[in-house]
Amino acid sequence: MKEELIISGRMNPGIDPFLHIWHWHIPVYLFLGGLAAGILFFAALYTIMGREKEMPTAVKWATFVVPVALVLGLMALFFDLKHQMFFWRLYTTVRIESPMSWGAWVLMFITPLSMLWAASYIKEAIPDWKWKYKFMDQIMDLVDKYRKALAWAMLALAVILGIYTGILLSAFNARPLWNTSLLGLLFLVSGMSTGAAVIMWMSKDHRERKIMSMIDLVLIIVEMFFITHLFMGFMASTAVQIEAAELFLGGEFTVSFWVFVVILGLIFPAILEILELRGYKIPVAVPALLILFGGLAFRVIMVEAGQLTRYLY
Amino acid sequence: MRYAMAIDTRKCVGCSDCVVACQTENNVPIGYCRDWITETVDGSYPNVEIELRTERCNHCDNAPCVRCCPTGASHIVEGGVVLVTPNKCIGCGACIESCPYDARYSHPEGYVDKCTFCNHRVVKGEQPACVSVCPTKCMYFGDLDDPNSDVAKALRNRKYKALAPEAGTKPQIFYML
Repeated sequence: MKEELIISGRMNPGIDPFLHIWHWHIPVYLFLGGLAAGILFFAALYTIMGREKEMPTAVKWATFVVPVALVLGLMALFFDLKHQMFFWRLYTTVRIESPMSWGAWVLMFITPLSMLWAASYIKEAIPDWKWKYKFMDQIMDLVDKYRKALAWAMLALAVILGIYTGILLSAFNARPLWNTSLLGLLFLVSGMSTGAAVIMWMSKDHRERKIMSMIDLVLIIVEMFFITHLFMGFMASTAVQIEAAELFLGGEFTVSFWVFVVILGLIFPAILEILELRGYKIPVAVPALLILFGGLAFRVIMVEAGQLTRYLY
Repeated sequence: MRYAMAIDTRKCVGCSDCVVACQTENNVPIGYCRDWITETVDGSYPNVEIELRTERCNHCDNAPCVRCCPTGASHIVEGGVVLVTPNKCIGCGACIESCPYDARYSHPEGYVDKCTFCNHRVVKGEQPACVSVCPTKCMYFGDLDDPNSDVAKALRNRKYKALAPEAGTKPQIFYML
């Protein structure tokens, strides 16, 4: 038997007995960021395709959620910082190698862009809306004029934001559970699925809801395919990654992951959506809420479990 | 120049003198430590092998903490020493997550802190505090590129290992077996 112990009594807060430096803020932010990326992706996509008329919720109304989600997410990120008064240092450097630097800069561009996008539709939502300052009308005219170009920028930024929420974790080779290149895509697909769920939930148009429901179903199937591959990859990898996978295959995260994420967050809403597409009457809030809950649970579990996986001791 | 450390696991008795010397020299906050002692027990009585090691930041050649730092607070100075600039650090914790040795911690003042190889002493030509106090003289520090340095001479005729080299970080603390 081989046993390894720290005998000088290292008890650094947040590091020992097991790493727990990231708390609820990070998964909440990853969830809100993924959700925002999902909604903006569909808004940009349907604008580029010229289908604003058929998909009004995707292009217009759901985007009102995005600035709120991003600002709440940014607040969560800020509260997670331990040297908060120096947060502006993020914007005095561009670090190509650092996912967090990418994230900070993408958020710097996508947050104001999402605000502009939503603001440009506020007059349609509230007919007697009047901007207090005249220059706001001029800015809105500009947004209308260059909407297609903005949509392309938003599409690219949304994909980067969605992938980045996964790469933030996967770039850490020290945490075997996170250290897989699948994570970026998995988080992107999961974020798009939560975004589609919000659009589906908000939509009053039967056809739009059906389209989003079908898209969501495809995304759920892709996500399950990725999750299967994630575990296949771990089981065929090194000892530390096999140990990481075992946390979910009999270890302490088995029940929470398979019940909350896979069954309640993926399989159950997928079945409900199939039933709805077949003509059964199902309140749209049920699958939408389940998908959102599953998305959040997935991120909480990944962040918590990842910090338990390690190379030494 | 490439600063490195070699630790003779046959001489180390696990007295924790290096830990205390570091805490004193570097004003490490109470309850924290930048270096620590590990004991590995392999087998069961009467066939037991014990290995004692003093561990710290490995000042990796391929340092993941420097790579993931979003502000450049974690950086590498001459000799490959990995340092943190407190007033550039935002305390995001990315480097703490990225370290396979868990050698970093969040200082109570907010920034991230870790072993500096006692850079403030080394630039004056002194040894790191931990090396200078070791009662069994099991630690060797110096420039790996210089064949006459303590560390190069110590490693020359001995077998040695590094910790978790499979993490790909190219650690620069070597344990003589």
